[in-house]
Amino acid sequence: MASSADTVENGPQQPEEGETRRDFLMLTTGAFGAFGAAAAVWPLVDQMNPAADTLAASTTEVNLAPIKPGQRVLVKWRGKPVFIVRRTPTQIAEAKAVKLAELVDPETDEARTKKAEWLIIVGVCTHLGCIPAGTKQGEVKGEYGGWFCPCHGSHYDTSGRIRKGPAPTNLPVPDYKFLSDNLVKIG
Amino acid sequence: MHKVSINFATIIVATVIATTSVFAAGNIVKPEKQNWSFSGLFGTFDRGALQRGFQVYNEVCAACHSARLLHYRNLKEIGFSEAQVKAIAASKEVTDGPNAEGEMFQRPARLSDRLVKPFPNEEAARAGNNGALPPDLTLMTKARVGGADYLHALLVGYKPAPKNMKLGEGMYYNLYFPGQQIAMPPPLVEGGVEYADKTKSTVDQMSRDLTTFLAWAAEPELEWRKRMGVKVILFLLILTGMLYGIKRKVWSDLH
Amino acid sequence: MSNSKFKNPIVAWIDYRLPVFTFLEHELHEYPTPKNLNYWWNFGSLAGIILVIMIVSGIVLAMHYTPHTAFAFDSVERIMRDVNYGWLIRYIHMNGASAFFIVVYIHIFRGLYFGSYKSPREILWILGVAILLCMMATAFLGYVLPWGQMSFWGATVITNLFSAIPIVGDSIVTLLWGGFSVDNPTLNRFFSLHYLMPFVLVGIVVLHIVALHQHGSNNPIGIDIKSPQDTISFHPYYTIKDMFGLGVFLILFFGFVFFAPNFFGEPDNYIEANPLVTPAHIVPEWYFLPFYAILRSFTADALIYLPISWLMSAKLAGVLAMFASILVLFVLPWLDRSPVRSARFRPVYKQFYWLLIIDCVILGICGAKPADAPWTYIAQAATAYYFLHFLVIIPLLSFFEKTRPLPTSISEPVLKGSGNSSIVASAKPMEKA
Repeated sequence: MASSADTVENGPQQPEEGETRRDFLMLTTGAFGAFGAAAAVWPLVDQMNPAADTLAASTTEVNLAPIKPGQRVLVKWRGKPVFIVRRTPTQIAEAKAVKLAELVDPETDEARTKKAEWLIIVGVCTHLGCIPAGTKQGEVKGEYGGWFCPCHGSHYDTSGRIRKGPAPTNLPVPDYKFLSDNLVKIG
Repeated sequence: MHKVSINFATIIVATVIATTSVFAAGNIVKPEKQNWSFSGLFGTFDRGALQRGFQVYNEVCAACHSARLLHYRNLKEIGFSEAQVKAIAASKEVTDGPNAEGEMFQRPARLSDRLVKPFPNEEAARAGNNGALPPDLTLMTKARVGGADYLHALLVGYKPAPKNMKLGEGMYYNLYFPGQQIAMPPPLVEGGVEYADKTKSTVDQMSRDLTTFLAWAAEPELEWRKRMGVKVILFLLILTGMLYGIKRKVWSDLH
Repeated sequence: MSNSKFKNPIVAWIDYRLPVFTFLEHELHEYPTPKNLNYWWNFGSLAGIILVIMIVSGIVLAMHYTPHTAFAFDSVERIMRDVNYGWLIRYIHMNGASAFFIVVYIHIFRGLYFGSYKSPREILWILGVAILLCMMATAFLGYVLPWGQMSFWGATVITNLFSAIPIVGDSIVTLLWGGFSVDNPTLNRFFSLHYLMPFVLVGIVVLHIVALHQHGSNNPIGIDIKSPQDTISFHPYYTIKDMFGLGVFLILFFGFVFFAPNFFGEPDNYIEANPLVTPAHIVPEWYFLPFYAILRSFTADALIYLPISWLMSAKLAGVLAMFASILVLFVLPWLDRSPVRSARFRPVYKQFYWLLIIDCVILGICGAKPADAPWTYIAQAATAYYFLHFLVIIPLLSFFEKTRPLPTSISEPVLKGSGNSSIVASAKPMEKA
């Protein structure tokens, strides 16, 4: 405002009181305008969140009948891979035998399954999002007989729990429900 | 500046006259203006009318007309409970698949499905309707000049044709349809649906309910939009008033 | 660094290396501006702000839009129904286009009234006309994207304009379409170009502002700045005035967005594009109506076509006339040789100025009407007058108009009446300024 003073020198001097009142008005208006601008930014940010149709994305139903003991299958649910494993008694025993103290992310096998025979987990490595190998036949299953993430070397056990490597948590368990003995609904 | 404003006013008047007279052109009869629950600055959809309107759509219109931009989940917004909407959806079959055997299969509709269409494609729709294509209804109130008023006028506008008018094969006389000949038979008859809330189903009542439902289908954001609009405009009025205050203060140095 | 004019050490440090603050201080703060600008001068900065609103909302919409004939219409409806605040952003973008044209048209007519196109602001004016052309192209491309009936048939009609070009016309149209009708390749490239054009627009706008700041704003009296007493610093005087104007604009704009979002739209565009059915009455968006009327007024039997009928087809004449109606603005600084800028001191020009506005409104009305009598005749007369105004009346006025005496400076009170000759400079002072 200093520069404007030269050009307005013939104008009357502003009284002190008027000066403060103007500053007060400017401050309130500035705050008010800033609030409005912030409110206007929110829709521009929120539009990037999942849209209503994405949130309502349909559930996936899987027929379990063709899956043989020991077999692992991969299904797609909301654009992500889900591992469905029909575990053998040995694998179940192995998973249950692990002491919680040994685990990076302590969780019992019981807490991760609804029926011990069926393990259903989201197949996205909790480190940086690759799909761990071990579902297809012949793939490396890692040191603990579960999955091995080739990207950065995380090892998961037969319950999908992280045992070794950089991943911080176990492979997550999605919401699912057994509609009948042979039909499961994920989501 | 005084003269400027007079000239400016003349132009505005001329423009307004011009735009209003566009409506009067052609063989189109202007529909009567109705007082809708959703019109005006603060208008909201009458929930009862919306649910009755859906019933009319579902039991009458849906035989020929799709509303493909709506999903069953949307019906929760007009006051149906989740269980009610699930039941409505489950009563319709949709094609899904392929399954593990590579076959397409039928399953009951779910909340995330679009409203089931009466015909799989345009050709089937024409074949089932004497060659005429029943248009999709989702955007109807936005896609016609006159909007909701026109739709209501059309639905109740069936009359016997004037003596000197020769109607085409399979056509019906309707005062409000452009050209006065429409391929759609009068869709609404007295008592055509039995309303769940026991409202008497006159043609006028059904037409109003249906129009309200379709206005919602076209603009489901309307209530949110108007509510937000009132707040935004109030905010801007205050802010602009304050800016004017500062402007007066700043410029008072000069005069 | 110690003698920097910036007290804040970080600002001073940066400015010493990258003089952005000096630039802002110079162009926005100190920038001397005539003290007598009225509210018609608000529309330039307003147009700039709308451009920003359009770019921001457009980038966001592009995150959800699918440029494919099978999905475009539905993806727009998904924005309206499912995307968070999608309806708001889309309605802002849709009404923003109309607001942009309203503001820019007012800005242009302000320039016409106060002679802002005259020396030394010819390039400033030419850049402005280039901005208008660029906006029109952008608006047309964008209107195609929702893939409604008006989108499709608008695209068909406008691209077919180029078929009027002799010999190569049809090849050019095929090239534009990337096929044999407006179809998926067309939609894809229109999306690409619609995303590109606003940034071209920004580039021209920057040049427009550089040109503006070279000689500063014109003013309602239209005479040059004589002394520092005639000017005030841009900040805070015009920044606050522009902000107040922006507030008024936003109230009106959001009034439409929230309470009449489809006021400027055509109902037919909520019907998905159908290449086999043309709507009964196709009209362009309102801001193209006057140009559309000029295009349509060249028919084989039109009186205005007769003088050039030996030279070209009526179709080509219509297309050329439509482009010429804008191109004529490029040479306006040389058509109008009058040394006086502001219409306030040009009593005859002022009358013709208002006639031109009425003529443009009539053209707009004719553009909205079906192409039948009497509208075709009215449109032909209005078209003829439009060119008469720029090509005959304006050049003649430059020589025959008796202008009113100009005040000696902006600071001097505006003169009442023209009899007082003692403090009056003759009507030449701005020439070669």
